[in-house]
Amino acid sequence: MFRFILRRVAWSIPTLLIVTFLVYVALRVGTDPVESYKRSNARLTPEKIRQYIDSNGLDPNYVLGYFRWLKNFLTGDWPRSIKGSREVWPALKDAMANTLRLGIAATVVGVIFGLILGLVAVLRPGGRRDVLINSGAFLGISIPPYISAVLLQLLFAVYWQRWFGTSLFPTSGVYPAGHTGFDLFLMLKYMALPTIVVAIQIVATYSRYLRSSMLDVLNSDYMRTARSKGISERRILINHGMRNALIPIVTVAAIDFGAIVGGLIITENIFSYPGMGLYFLKSFGDGDFPLLMPWMVIIVLSILIFNLIADISYAWLDPRIRLE
Amino acid sequence: MRGLILGFALNSHSQRITPRQMALSRFFSHKAAVISCLILLILTLFVILAPFTARYGVNQSVQLPPNSFLTPRANAWLGTDDIGRDLYSRLIYGVRVSLMIGLVSAIVSVTIGALVGAVAGFRGGRFDDIVMRITDLFLAFPFLVTLLIVRNVLGAISWIKPLTGEMNSVRFIIILFSIFGWMSVARIVRGQVLSLKEREFIEAARAVGASRRFIIRQHLIPNSIGPIMVSLTFSVVGAITGESTLAFFGYGPQAGEGATSLGILVGAAKGAVQTGYWWLAVFPCLTLVVISLSINFIGDALRDATDTQLDRGA
Repeated sequence: MFRFILRRVAWSIPTLLIVTFLVYVALRVGTDPVESYKRSNARLTPEKIRQYIDSNGLDPNYVLGYFRWLKNFLTGDWPRSIKGSREVWPALKDAMANTLRLGIAATVVGVIFGLILGLVAVLRPGGRRDVLINSGAFLGISIPPYISAVLLQLLFAVYWQRWFGTSLFPTSGVYPAGHTGFDLFLMLKYMALPTIVVAIQIVATYSRYLRSSMLDVLNSDYMRTARSKGISERRILINHGMRNALIPIVTVAAIDFGAIVGGLIITENIFSYPGMGLYFLKSFGDGDFPLLMPWMVIIVLSILIFNLIADISYAWLDPRIRLE
Repeated sequence: MRGLILGFALNSHSQRITPRQMALSRFFSHKAAVISCLILLILTLFVILAPFTARYGVNQSVQLPPNSFLTPRANAWLGTDDIGRDLYSRLIYGVRVSLMIGLVSAIVSVTIGALVGAVAGFRGGRFDDIVMRITDLFLAFPFLVTLLIVRNVLGAISWIKPLTGEMNSVRFIIILFSIFGWMSVARIVRGQVLSLKEREFIEAARAVGASRRFIIRQHLIPNSIGPIMVSLTFSVVGAITGESTLAFFGYGPQAGEGATSLGILVGAAKGAVQTGYWWLAVFPCLTLVVISLSINFIGDALRDATDTQLDRGA
């Protein structure tokens, strides 16, 4: 087990390098960093442009440039953003914190409700509840997040205001403009709608996961054995059924969560929620290479880490699976 | 479903039901899927017969002089937009473009994906490794991020411009979605092929000296037709919602003079929220949801119908 982990970690380093190199090339080809630098800053001296090229590793030779960028990146010598010349790390850190808050809230709410609904559905497969929950889950999957976001905004903010005089939930940001300091209640109020939008998808997905996973488990031999031993149906479902059905779900959840770090781009955009997704869209729109590269590194890292966690947890939870 | 299984059991004695008939009867017992088929059929007819079913032209305003933001009423069933065009007619023309985008890019990506997946699964080895690594990489990234970056890269490479056209053309979008779509199809088909590969009839074929190409064409692809069909439906949904997503963020296609797309209409919904023109948000969104829900139901029914190992309670 330990050797397996060690080997996977060792493997992920070259993977990280290769992927960031590909991203580096793609960004250079796709956004043309030097051009966009010139575009967003008027009156640049050739000296400044040379400095910009130097600090970002924008050498004409991609391989050479990449290693130059890598060296600067690893030594913590991060170039400033092209727009407003901001420090990159504080902006990235804030975005990450905001996204994690939203992501964790939505995942917790979504997974809990999803699993409960999935369990209720599977108690009597084909029954009325099952059909209802299953169709609901289908609807949840079929509605893209921007549509549920637009409709929720329309209902709870705009029309609520028309009908009742005040909107139930605000539609953008983390705090009202000009607010400083920490205020839990206010924050929760602002997070409510984006959380619901993200959670709808998660509830739908996980109720279906659990349902199909439980159906697989319910047909297995050890369930019959447990029944024949005369254990109560409830204990069978929870202790034998749920436990085994959750194994594949845990791994999926780990991978899903790794993806969330990449930002809930659509939701964040609609609610102007300053997370990783909005960060990406803004800096991508500006072609802001110094902001984009560290973002990409974080994304790739989180994908790798959570995939590793998924693999390990799978082996740990299910002794039938051997690694190597 | 229970009645169906019983029916199947009875029928199997008479030995006259082919697997295809079995799959068909399974499919038609899925009520939601049948209704979805009907809805899509009607929608398609509406869209094909657009010159007759639409009440106004795409860019024609309902009243002269143009009267913007009319609520739904007799001469504009679903209201009008910011420059007084009839939303109902625009929806018909928009769905037309979007369905085409969905179908064409799904067919292209399923063709590529099925071939790549079959070859990768069958040959294994280096090719399989590389293909799976690439798809892993692409599928792990947030979808929109990859989509936007690949879009820009495609747009920046000058020598493929004659093939792809302008970055906001419909052709470009179709090519973009085809580049993405094949990957998930390839993984599904590969999985299917990997499990088929060990079956006796493939071994028998190999034993009598059938060539690789023959086995893939005659045995593997026909036996994977179920999963391929299922992924076709999901590719269509993926492309249609993908087009809307891109349009929502302002990276979508400009359908050209005198045309629109569902994505453009859904994208316009964003601007309609704060002002409270609910019809501009609700109807395009509802159309998109109905389309994607219907296709999803059909895909689900197809999966149930073609999965021969199926004995799941419902």
